[in-house]
Parts: sequence; structure tokens; C-alpha cells
Amino acid sequence: MQKLDIKMNINGADVEVNVDSRTLLIHILREELNITGPHIGCDTTHCGACTVDLDGKSVKACTIFAGQANGTTIKTIEGMANADGTLHALQAAFKDNHGLQCGFCTPGMIVRAYRLLKENPNPTETEIRYGISGNLCRCTGYQNIVKSIQVAATELSQQEAAE
Amino acid sequence: MNEQAPISRDERVKKLEGLGSSRKRVEDVRFTQGAGNYVDDIKLDGMLFGDFVRSPYGHARIKSINTEAALAVPGVLAVITAADLKPLNLHYMPTLAGDVQAVLAEEKVLFQGQEVAFVVATDRYAAADGVELVEVDYDELPVINDAFKAMDDDAPVLREDIQDKMEGAHGTRKHHNHIFNWQEGDKEGTEKALAEADVVVEEMITYHRVHPCPLETCGSVASMDPITGKLTVWGTFQAPHVVRTVAALITDIPEHKIRIISPDIGGGFGNKVGVYPGYICSIVASIVTGKPVKWVEDRIENLMATAFARDYHMTGKLSATKDGKITGLSAHVLADHGAFDACADPTKFPAGFFHIVTGSYDIPVAHVSVDGVYTNKAPGGVAYRCSFRVTEAAYLIERMIDILARKLDMDPAEIRMKNFIKKEQFPYNSALGWEYDSGDYHTALEQALKAVNYDDLRAEQTENRAAFERGETRSLMGIGVAFFTEIVGAGPVKNCDILGLGMFDSCEIRIHPTGSATVRLGTISQGQGHATTFAQIVASEIGIPAEAITLEEGDTDTAPYGLGTYGSRSTPVAGAATAMAARKIRAKAQMIAAYMLEVHEGDLEWDIDRFQVKGNPELHKTMVEIAFAAYSLAVPGLEPGLEAVSYYDPPNMTYPFGAYISVVDIDVDTGVADVRKFYALDDCGTRINPMVIEGQIHGGLTEALAIVMGQDISYDKHGNITGGSLMDFFLPTAVETPTWETDFTVTPSPHHPIGAKGVGESPNVGGVPALSNAVHDAFAHKGLTHTQMPHDHWRVWKTAQSLGLTG
Repeated sequence: MQKLDIKMNINGADVEVNVDSRTLLIHILREELNITGPHIGCDTTHCGACTVDLDGKSVKACTIFAGQANGTTIKTIEGMANADGTLHALQAAFKDNHGLQCGFCTPGMIVRAYRLLKENPNPTETEIRYGISGNLCRCTGYQNIVKSIQVAATELSQQEAAE
Repeated sequence: MNEQAPISRDERVKKLEGLGSSRKRVEDVRFTQGAGNYVDDIKLDGMLFGDFVRSPYGHARIKSINTEAALAVPGVLAVITAADLKPLNLHYMPTLAGDVQAVLAEEKVLFQGQEVAFVVATDRYAAADGVELVEVDYDELPVINDAFKAMDDDAPVLREDIQDKMEGAHGTRKHHNHIFNWQEGDKEGTEKALAEADVVVEEMITYHRVHPCPLETCGSVASMDPITGKLTVWGTFQAPHVVRTVAALITDIPEHKIRIISPDIGGGFGNKVGVYPGYICSIVASIVTGKPVKWVEDRIENLMATAFARDYHMTGKLSATKDGKITGLSAHVLADHGAFDACADPTKFPAGFFHIVTGSYDIPVAHVSVDGVYTNKAPGGVAYRCSFRVTEAAYLIERMIDILARKLDMDPAEIRMKNFIKKEQFPYNSALGWEYDSGDYHTALEQALKAVNYDDLRAEQTENRAAFERGETRSLMGIGVAFFTEIVGAGPVKNCDILGLGMFDSCEIRIHPTGSATVRLGTISQGQGHATTFAQIVASEIGIPAEAITLEEGDTDTAPYGLGTYGSRSTPVAGAATAMAARKIRAKAQMIAAYMLEVHEGDLEWDIDRFQVKGNPELHKTMVEIAFAAYSLAVPGLEPGLEAVSYYDPPNMTYPFGAYISVVDIDVDTGVADVRKFYALDDCGTRINPMVIEGQIHGGLTEALAIVMGQDISYDKHGNITGGSLMDFFLPTAVETPTWETDFTVTPSPHHPIGAKGVGESPNVGGVPALSNAVHDAFAHKGLTHTQMPHDHWRVWKTAQSLGLTG
């Protein structure tokens, strides 16, 4: 089997790994690099529990080979907190608005919401619902997730205005 | 310490964040940063991976298994088959229902996806390669995919292993594919009531096969320490102590040498109650290889092989006077249990608590009979976000009463009001033997009808129907009313056990010298937020702020023995144990305070967070002060320390209830049923954390939506599963999910120490009939009596077509 040397920047750190050509990015993250925030919830790219932010796009890490991530910049839930160690507005909003229960979908959900708010800083409720429709949650019924994202959007806008 | 600036009593209460506080969850600081620790996150030195070879057939004889090519794959260390397990007597395992289930198929496979061989390799890719290369030669056999044909004279024998064993765990089996018949109630009296009634409605109502499908699948990591002989298993276990006892019973490992750990669990909903072949195989593989072995199923395996729910074919007969007073109910259920009877029910109740089927109504006489049968489907029969078979029962009675209302031309709300058990009848003894603890149904439904402006909705529906007839709209409006009574909190040891283990639960509290506490329970959270809410119970009982209380669950080496979390039993049973343990702490604290204040114990009274001298509140000792004293003062006649344990055997179940009303708009040309409004009023007794309760209601309603509108684990005539991946199995996204409106009344349970009843499963139990009744209601004026779930677009369109509405 072909082996590849790949380089990625993950959560601000440069990493180099030697991977099998068939290995999925999610398995390299979780098993080689111990980045276990992204989870595996299905086999068919439906659930979004493995979502990472890759070169400015939300990507399901179960549906991309590690080799395809060579040279990319990746952000996972582990890299979401602010530089000073405080929670990102989305993390804080999910916590404050009961936007999670079992926590299994949460890393993917927050990482997806992060990109959604980059692309659309002031989304309507419908835009949020469509924007996270690639991420499944079995516990919350989405209601408090949507609310959390709305609260975070407001908070981020205020932060930006203050800067 | 008494000289601190005095704060008001309200502030003291608030500081505790006890009962009734919408306290933010303590779990979330980890989960929002990716610092959860789920079973697949566990990584041990030298850990191996196991993966299953599964049957492609629904029913087939295994002629041979050739593992040679698989063993030649680099990284593959072992391929375990039934032949390897048989000498250890581990090729079958006991099920929770008194049957046995094949760990690995020996001579036959009985359902598609059944476990045939377990490949152990150095990584998950090598294990998957090995699985591909195990050659199994099968002879296909005729398949039973229809429960109604299971007991035909010429039906193939499915379970050859018990073919000659006609005495089953629940009495005599009347056919080789029969599992049990179970009955409750007054058969003759019910027949008489039906025969003499003004009106009788009869309907065969199927609650189709679905799956709990938590976002995290099932898995385990087994590690046998070859030096100490101690086995540690991390796994997705909703009942870790039960798993430990089962492991001890089926292996020769003594129970004190087994440690079961449930780490963070990514949702359960009943899926993680059972014991699965993967758990056993990971344990065996660890013993054989001397290395830790991880097994985690993928989603397709999860949907195919672990823990289906429902699959009940229910024939109901409901009789009434012509003015709508119900006089009797009979129900017969044909229960499809799949290839092995692995239902998760208390041992004495093979149909669970299905006999809650009289629901919220004062029905004088009733009879139920349930026949369980084997088919070529996956085993399971778990309670998917409900107490045991309660959602099936609620669906039957709530559909039947709607059908009766149509027949009598009564409003669905009116007929419910007319037949409700009255407030003054509680405690109420139902015709099928339950003692309902408390309820106020009329108030709840009245509040609900008012909140949704029910009369206006009906008027709007009348308008809509007229507009439809005039050709002005292609959309029909349906209003669904459902009123449910649950039975949760199993249960009293006198009649509730699992494998002989009484269904009590437990709590241990240790107060530390500086006034913080560690609390351990026999339950395990799967998202319910136990670490947050159980600390609130302790906070209110002993006056230590919830933030100073750490809650631990799920490690059998440290937690007291308990029966786990399912059937909404954590709050009714372990929550009661928590309150009782806290009261033991408080009783000892009172003795210590009396010594410190040099008064008689009887001169003290409890006030929020302290004992104070009656009539002289200035003289007091706070629990924090008492805690330090417990470890520093020599109190005559008292042992040092401040700890307590409670094992709570509940005197009765609890009976949460609720009134749900939904409104759907159905496009008759596409079959799309859009949920415009959903109002849920829940009464779960004392409310511990309103924020968490509402979150539970939102989630449970979304699962109900999934079940009603699309989930379906079905099988074709060859025994192929047709709903076995997320390509086919409906999980609603944020787009399909409506905004849920929640409301409540509070009718405390009289027998629970804090009056709480449990809530997590109510929305599934009530949500399914509320949504299904709405779909039926949309077509009721066109003559629709009943149509089976799921009400997906195609089926709803077919219904519209059959009624001549599709143009």
C-alpha cells in the first residue's frame, strides 16, 4: 500500500504524518494525532459529527482521505477557544443556552456553526436551520442549538463592532 | 464563621442552585471543548481492534467457515468463530428476557447482519481487510419476515437450539416459533362489556419497527490484565452493574475481578441497555490475546444488529355507551421479537408495562393478551425512549379513543374529558392492576386547549375543509390531540427485577471536611445531565451549593450497585435514593450541630443550609461548619465522618402525564405533512431543573417526529433489511424539525421523597399519538379511520389517493 508523507496545520500547529493512502482524515486525527473532539457517527456522510474546518470550509473528515488534506489548514473543536483560553462565543452560547445534551454531535455542530457565521454573520433562523442541516443531533431537537447560534451571532457582531 | 454579613433567605436559597433552578450544566465545559471521553476515544497501549463478519442472509445454514485467507492478512492476529467459543460455553449468552442469543452463529444464521466471526487485528483497517476475506459458505433457508406467518403450520423452524424446549421463560410455547403468551385483566368481564355495549370500535394498529439510533453507536474496550487477572471493560452501557453481574455469571471471572466503566455516552435511548455479542467478543479476544481489544460498531451494524424497538401489531376493541362513556377495552398484541428474545423488560413482564394501555381513562374492565413470536429479524425489543412498551400502549389507546370519537361524532378533546380519571380518584387502581399515584388530567387538558385556542383551530379547520372543497387549496389541516399517562421508575423489588436483580437504585454521599461533597450513583447519564441535576437534589436537601458537589457514575469499582438508566428510572429511583442518602447526612448533621450548640437535637430546626435553634435563628450552624466538625470534633456517641449510602426500593412506580396538541398541514398532492404547531404540556411532578426538562421534551418530541414521519426498519421477503443506514433511516435535521412549545402543570408524586416523577421519555410516548392523530384528523372527514405509520410522504400520498383526493 502506498504511504504518503503529509503536512497539515492543525489548530495552529504544524504536523507531519506518514499515512496509508486509504486512511481517512478522521482516523488520522483521532488515532494518530489524538484529536478526539471530532467523532464518528455514521458511514454515509449524513451525521456531521466528524466536521472540521479545512481551508475555510466545513468538511466531514470521514469522507476525505488524509492524503487529500496534505498542505491544508484545519481547525477542530480543540482549536476553537480564543487565544486567551476563554471559550469562543459559540462554545459559551452552547453552554449557556443548553445547546447540547450528550455532547456527541457538539464538536461538529460548533465547528460547522463557526463557518456558517463566517459566511453569514447575521443569519435568519431559517438560514441557521438550513446551514446546520448537514449535522444531526439526536438529543436536543435543535431548538436550543439554533438559539445558541443566534446568541453567538449577536455576541460576535458586538465583539467585531467593539474592535 | 457566623459573623459573615447576613444574606437574605432568598439569596441563601439561590446560592444553592437546588430544586427548581435552571442551573447551567456542569458537563458542558468539557463537551463544548471536545474534551468528552467516549468509548471510541479510549486508547490503550497495544490495543487491538475487532470487527465482525456478518450474515448477508436472513436465514441460512452455515456449511463452512474458512479463515485462512483472513489470517494471512498482515496485522490480523485471530479470527474467532462459534467453534472457538463453544468449549468456553460462550457461543450463546443469556438475554435479559430469559432466552439465549448466539454470540457467534454456530450452525445457522437467523437474521441479516448476525455475527458470524470476530476478526482481531492491530488496527481497524486490517480488521476490515480480514473481515472481507473470511469465507463463509451458506445454504439459504426460507425466511419469515411477517410476524403473522410465524406460527403457520408450515412455518420453518427458526430456533433449532430450543426446538424441543416447549416450556419457555414465560410459560408454555404453542408453536416452534412462539415465545410466550402473557395475559392480564378480566377476559370474561371484558367480553361481556363488549357484547353489551351500544358501540364497539375495532382496529388493528401496528407500531412499526424502529431503532433508537443514538448518534454514538455501541462499543467496548476490554482489557484483561494477565498479571492481576482483573478484567476492565469500558463500554456504552446504560446499566454497568448489570453488565458486571452478567459477565461474572457467564465467564468464570469472579465479580470483584471485573470492573465495568461507562465513560461519556453519546446518547442511549434504550439502545445501550442490552448485552451485545461485540462486548463478549472483545472480552474473549482480550483474554485470548492478552491485549486490550476495542470493538465499535459502525452505523449500518448498529441499525442492523443492536436493539430495534416496537414491532407490535395491536388489535384493540373499545366499547362505549352511545354518549361516549367507555365501558371496556380488549387488546391483543402480536409481538415480533426477531430471532432471539432479547427484549429489555423486567423479568416478570414479557410485554413490559403494556397493561398501562387503559391510559388516562377510567375504564371499568379490560383485558390484554400478548403473543411473542420469532422471525428472521434482529433481536432487541428495547424501550426506545419510553418505559417498557409504554409508548406502544399509549399509541394504541390514543388512536382507539380517536376512532371511537369519530364513530360517535364527538370531538377528540371532549371524549377524553368525559372519560378521564378524576383528580379525586387518585390513588387510582386501574382495571389492569396498576395503582396510579397522582394526577389532575382535566386541569392539564383544559390548560392545553386554552393555550392553543382549540376552538379557533377547529373553526379554522372547518374553513380549510370548505376551501378545499371549493378547490381553493390543496392542503388539509389536521389537529392531533393526545393525552398520555406513563408508568416509569421501575421498580419495586417485589415485582421488578432483571435477571433476578431487584430494580432498586442507589446513592452514596461523602461530605468532605471543608464542606464540599462527592456523590456517586448506580445510574449513568447519556446526555440527561445527571451531574448537574442530581447535585441540585443534594444541594436542596443538605444546604451545600450544587457547585460544591461532584457527581460520579458509571464505574462499578466506585459507584454503589444500581440497575442503570433507562425507562425514566433515574429520577424516580436513584433520585429518591439521593434524597434519602442526603436525609441520612442531615440526621447526623443535626446531632453534631446539637453538640456544637449545646442544645437538644429536638431544639433545632433545619433552615435552607443550616440547623438553627428554634425561636433563635441567630444560634445556628451551617452545613459547612458541621462538615468540618464531623471530622474534627469528638462527638460523644457518634462516629467521625459524614457519609451516607441509600439503596432505595421504590414503593410504587410514578405516573407522569401530559396533554399534547399538534397541527399539521398536509399537501395532498405530495403527501408532505408539515407540522405547523406542537404544544406539549407535561406534568412530571416536582421539577428539578426546568431548563433540562425542556431540553428533554424538545429532544423526545423530535424522536417522536422521526418515528411518526419516517423511521422504519423493514425487511423484504428475502430477509434483507431495507432501512439499515442513514441513507434510508430517517433522522430529522434542523430543517424538518419544528419549534416546540412547552408548558407544564405540577402534580407531585405522593410517594417519592421529593415528589419527582421522571420526564425524559414522556415526549416520545405522547408525541407519537399526537402527531399520528393529527395526520389522521386531516383526512377524518373523508372517511379515514386508520392507516399505519410511518406517515412518510409516499404513504400519506397513497392515503390521499385512496380517498380520491389526488385529482
